[in-house]
Amino acid sequence: MRIQGSALRSKDLLGIEPLTPEEIALILDTAEGFKEVSERPVKKVPALRGQLVINLFMEASTRTRVSFEIAEKRLSADTLNFAASGSAVEKGETLIDTADNLVAMRPNMIVIRHKHPGSPQMLAQRYPNIAVINAGDGAHEHPTQALLDAFTIRERLGRLSGVNVTIVGDIKYSRVVRSNIHLLTKMKANVTLAGPPTLMPAEIEKMGVRVVHSLDEAIEGADVIMMLRIQLERQGKLSFPSIREYYRTFGLTRERLRRAKKGVLVMHPGPMNRGVEIASDVADDPNYSVILDQVTNGVAVRMAVLYLLGGAHPGE
Amino acid sequence: MNRAIRRMAIEVVEKNRGIDDLMIVGIRSRGVPIAERMTREIEQMEGQPVPFGILDITLYRDDLTTIAPQPVVKPTKLPEPIDDKNIVLVDDVLFTGRTIRAALDALIDFGRPKRVTLAVLIDRGHRELPIHADVIGKTVPTDADEVIKVKLTETDGEDEVLIMER
Repeated sequence: MRIQGSALRSKDLLGIEPLTPEEIALILDTAEGFKEVSERPVKKVPALRGQLVINLFMEASTRTRVSFEIAEKRLSADTLNFAASGSAVEKGETLIDTADNLVAMRPNMIVIRHKHPGSPQMLAQRYPNIAVINAGDGAHEHPTQALLDAFTIRERLGRLSGVNVTIVGDIKYSRVVRSNIHLLTKMKANVTLAGPPTLMPAEIEKMGVRVVHSLDEAIEGADVIMMLRIQLERQGKLSFPSIREYYRTFGLTRERLRRAKKGVLVMHPGPMNRGVEIASDVADDPNYSVILDQVTNGVAVRMAVLYLLGGAHPGE
Repeated sequence: MNRAIRRMAIEVVEKNRGIDDLMIVGIRSRGVPIAERMTREIEQMEGQPVPFGILDITLYRDDLTTIAPQPVVKPTKLPEPIDDKNIVLVDDVLFTGRTIRAALDALIDFGRPKRVTLAVLIDRGHRELPIHADVIGKTVPTDADEVIKVKLTETDGEDEVLIMER
């Protein structure tokens, strides 16, 4: 049986919302131990030897899929990548049928990305002996992204509690924001949101965050500025007049950053639209940008999650 | 206990015929303070710094998938490459030998040492693998179902060795 306190209570990672602050701290502390593995000459440890992890990516992803795969390989797990295109999904197979067939081949863990919110939870309930990890479900949650963001902030600033984090952009359709708000408020950071009113959900303040509508106001006093991707693929039904206008109003430029606190961290979950939400020279400036640190830390955080969920399974 | 650790330090220097290419590596968690104290003794004796490292073996354990909750993973810290070094692994208690098997596997992933030797504060017997210690602080005969607990000032507030019934 799992013992509470020093382990995760659930066999799955479906979101940040169900986690306790102690569980979040455990994942971040464990990730610190794993960061060193990626610096070794032999970047591999035998912790998950003989375990099969299926990466079920039913929606496009580069960073997250690659990051999970590297994390799995560095833990010596066997990995199988399943992409919707080129599979029976194109012939109309349902998610449940696809998953049932994959599970019949006895994996230990499933990492799933799907456009429908709640699909990871459905699999988690259906398969009591398999650990399910949510790698992004619709506009619901993307827990490992929020964990790697928190890890990066903690690594740079030494703490999460009391840190002022500003998140700018498409708040409404972003699962990254939802997971980040849950995590940051649980860890007692102060969250400020900014973005066009059309991309700001009603009553979001109830999640314990402050909402402002100008970028200058959002930047003032921030320790961390997290820029979100504007989903250009949804062009044609843009929630603001034009991309140029968005850049002028909410784009993070060097000029804007002059108003920011000294030592402010600029983050972006990727993929970036240079010249839309963030100026190229800001994204590449090592004095501000920790965007590539986020990517490096993503592997360590995902190793920690896989390790914490991949050990003993009750009832096996 | 300090006398035992000093004696172990002297023996390590004798067995290695000096401190050339020597590196002391403590196994987390209680091997670390013992290794630190041995390193300090050797440095005092020889008047030269001796490299000191920390090895975390959690991910190399053979019981990782059967124990819950999982032990907390911490970083391994080795001060320099271990290739062609004389490594002295240090732990508090030598029992089944499984920890040392894991430590050897972990160490080999970092390079190819010239030689690896083992120093333990307490050898309590009951080996399950063909492993022995080169330097022993004290041999303590025990029953297999007894528990030996080493307490150290650095981690537990005092130096003490307890033998308990399970």
